[in-house]
Amino acid sequence: MDGLRRHKSMFLLPGLLTLFLIIIFPLLFTIRVSFSGWNVSNPAMDFIGGANYTAMLHDSRFWASITRLILLAGGTVLIQYVVGFGMALLVWRETRGRRLWRVLFLIPMMTTPVVMAAIWQTIFHESLGPANDLLDMLGLTGIPWLTESGPALVALMTVEVWQWTPFMFLLLLAGLLSLPKEPFMAAAIDGAGTWRTFWKVTFPLMAPVSVAAVIIRLIEASKLSDSVYVLTSGGPGSSTETPGYYLYIQGLRDQQTGYGGAMSLTYLVLMIVTLTVVAALLTRAFKLKGDS
Amino acid sequence: MRSRLYPVFKYTVIALWACFVAGPFFWAMTTSFKNANAVQGGPTYIPWAQYKPTLTGWRNIFGGAGGIDVIDPFVNSAIITVAASAISLALGSLAAYALSRYRFKLGFIKNSDIVFFFVSQRIMPPVVLVIPFFYLLQWGGLLDSIPGLVIVTVALLLPIAVWVMVDFFNGIPREIDEMAMLDGCPPFQTFVRAILPNSLPGLTVAAMFCAVFGWNDFFFAFRLTFTEVQTLPQAVVALNSSIPPWWTLSAAALFGVAPLILLALWVERLLSKGNLSGAVR
Repeated sequence: MDGLRRHKSMFLLPGLLTLFLIIIFPLLFTIRVSFSGWNVSNPAMDFIGGANYTAMLHDSRFWASITRLILLAGGTVLIQYVVGFGMALLVWRETRGRRLWRVLFLIPMMTTPVVMAAIWQTIFHESLGPANDLLDMLGLTGIPWLTESGPALVALMTVEVWQWTPFMFLLLLAGLLSLPKEPFMAAAIDGAGTWRTFWKVTFPLMAPVSVAAVIIRLIEASKLSDSVYVLTSGGPGSSTETPGYYLYIQGLRDQQTGYGGAMSLTYLVLMIVTLTVVAALLTRAFKLKGDS
Repeated sequence: MRSRLYPVFKYTVIALWACFVAGPFFWAMTTSFKNANAVQGGPTYIPWAQYKPTLTGWRNIFGGAGGIDVIDPFVNSAIITVAASAISLALGSLAAYALSRYRFKLGFIKNSDIVFFFVSQRIMPPVVLVIPFFYLLQWGGLLDSIPGLVIVTVALLLPIAVWVMVDFFNGIPREIDEMAMLDGCPPFQTFVRAILPNSLPGLTVAAMFCAVFGWNDFFFAFRLTFTEVQTLPQAVVALNSSIPPWWTLSAAALFGVAPLILLALWVERLLSKGNLSGAVR
């Protein structure tokens, strides 16, 4: 038994310690740096108290980026969920061509986000890109996709939806395929129509998978910054900046290291709190529905 | 029960989505065979009919004059992805096996808490870690080097490996371990000889996730390497600008995602054969 006990730690410790070292030291470093005046002209670990945090409270650009991230992440994940679920329902009972759908849905989510964002940037080019050409063919006027804040946000969301709806689709399709058959037979015997069956049987049964898929996507979406960098560079102005991108500008490009540290930690804490609350709310909401 | 129009509706929706998914690839493919005239004349789609295809873009990425070299970044990306995936899979499956088979109790910390610690690292935005990584790697002399990037990539991949493998090992019957133990196999040999060979589907899924996330990483590579080590996403993004040469960008982009598309096709084959049925639940 003693041998076993020693062994179990030997299995676990290498991985645990590696992650601990890679994550915890940097995190402690960030906490320390966030209380220092370290910047491009003064690379020193002095102690300036909470000055960075006070400055951050008055930094409207930072808070605007947080609000924008919440809207972007919430909006794109909702679209991904609705479209992904819809498509999964369409091909659920279909055995013909299932492999084709799967290839169609696997490829965007596997391709490198920044590389595809670079291609999307050429698509959204005002005069030389196909997006406006397509609108033109439909008899609509072109849109200044990347040079006006509203359209730039739409472009950003389009890229996110293109890349990640497949993830929702695959997870939800797997969920649909593993549902028990009895509730559907019961609904059919009761003479429930398509819509009623969906709202009373399919949707509640899919609640656990749905909540899991939405939360995983929200976690990933809350880190959004690479595609912002490639597609709009935060612009026009700072109208498409997310915290991840603004942090890069401040903390790394402009080397406001101490200030960047303070914002990093705030961003991380806000994210963890928000995601935890959202996860708890979603889980509760769907449990209540399932009970009634 | 369902109306006659349902199939029409269904296939219309699927066809529209297919166009949306394939559009960017089609655009990149056609653009990669254009030249300056064909791009600056406005969007065109059909080669020969609308423009005369050339190989300029493709020549540029394989050492043509005025282009970029994608071979070195490709090799760098491959080394980093393979090394970081291998380390993450080795450490991750060991840890996952321990968490699946043994009970840990350190004060109030239990198995589920340790699993949560691993998985929760996926919540960490890379930008939070990148500032300290920068100074730690600089201090260790590993900034702008392949080993440096491998280390930070492990931080991205290890949580994924643990997550997939714990779930997978939980699905492998404990009788297999017990039989091996009864035969006098020490725990480590039990793991290597009895468990790993039965874990190929799980390892394949974990390796696939590691490969995709490792290959697709841009954030760490962009901030932690500069001139010595350039990864493929970095090389492609460096070509990105709102003005042409789009033909080079498109060729480089397609070259950069080609391995992933091949991987996706291969994974789809495995899925359809049911080889991964135990792993994707």
